[in-house]
Amino acid sequence: MITNFLNMNGYGIYVFSAFIFTLINFAGLYFIVSSQFKKEQQKFAELFGKLSAEKVSEANKQKINKEILSAGILSKI
Amino acid sequence: MDFFNQSKIFSLINKYQSFVLIFFLLILLLGLTEALFLSPQDYLQGDSVRIMYVHVPSAWISLGIFSLMALLSILVFVFKNKNLIIISKSLAPSGFVFTLIALVTGSIWGKPTWGTWWAWDARITSMLILAFFYFMYLLAWRVFENKDNVVKITSLICIIGAINIPLIKFSVDWWSTLHQPSSIKILSESTIHESMLIPLILMTAAFALFSLLIFLMKYNTELIKIKIKGLDRL
Repeated sequence: MITNFLNMNGYGIYVFSAFIFTLINFAGLYFIVSSQFKKEQQKFAELFGKLSAEKVSEANKQKINKEILSAGILSKI
Repeated sequence: MDFFNQSKIFSLINKYQSFVLIFFLLILLLGLTEALFLSPQDYLQGDSVRIMYVHVPSAWISLGIFSLMALLSILVFVFKNKNLIIISKSLAPSGFVFTLIALVTGSIWGKPTWGTWWAWDARITSMLILAFFYFMYLLAWRVFENKDNVVKITSLICIIGAINIPLIKFSVDWWSTLHQPSSIKILSESTIHESMLIPLILMTAAFALFSLLIFLMKYNTELIKIKIKGLDRL
């Protein structure tokens, strides 16, 4: 039964390669974009850590800066 | 405008993107079950018709995203709004990937159906041109350093590329092509059976959710880049 399903009357190689290509692209794009997010977040945190106390209080006036430091790709699950 | 409050947008995206991911995975699982197990074979194409469930949604979404980017580019010229630029830039990666998926899966489908991997047919060639426009758009953001120039150049790429969209859509009607005409029509009755329409709709919904997820992640990444520049200026 599994062999029949995988074979798909001779079309299995075409059908599964199309589906696998699609899913690999999805996974690849997801990991590229999430790693870009983490990289930029890390860069932001490093720069934030180097700020003087005066500049930190200035930066903290913007709510988004705190959000960036605490954000994670899947942090809210 | 409060609607474009970056802090609120960042917070909302950060809060809800996980739910988009879970919803996408659920719909994808349903779509794959329908597409690979439950939907019937085609009377002519046999099981190779199942490639339609990844090929057609990818093509629809790639066209939809580029049309949206073209519209946003026109609005950028009119309103000079930075957020529109970020939205357009964040849409491009998933649009490019969906165009590649449509081209490759179309080629895979072509072999058992037409007996060839590739034909310089009007529909396929115009889709390849779309992929080049996406590529040029993404490349322009990497190549040009001056922000004003890159906004103008990328907007122009989108507006010029938009001319290709109706060509892709109507190529199968205007020219004699290997590619079959549309089976799903908005203004008249579709020629696809319900048993094939359901998996197609499910897969389209899953792909749309995936492009939304990538867009949200990319948008927040762009916001962080802007804020890094803001920290440098403090």
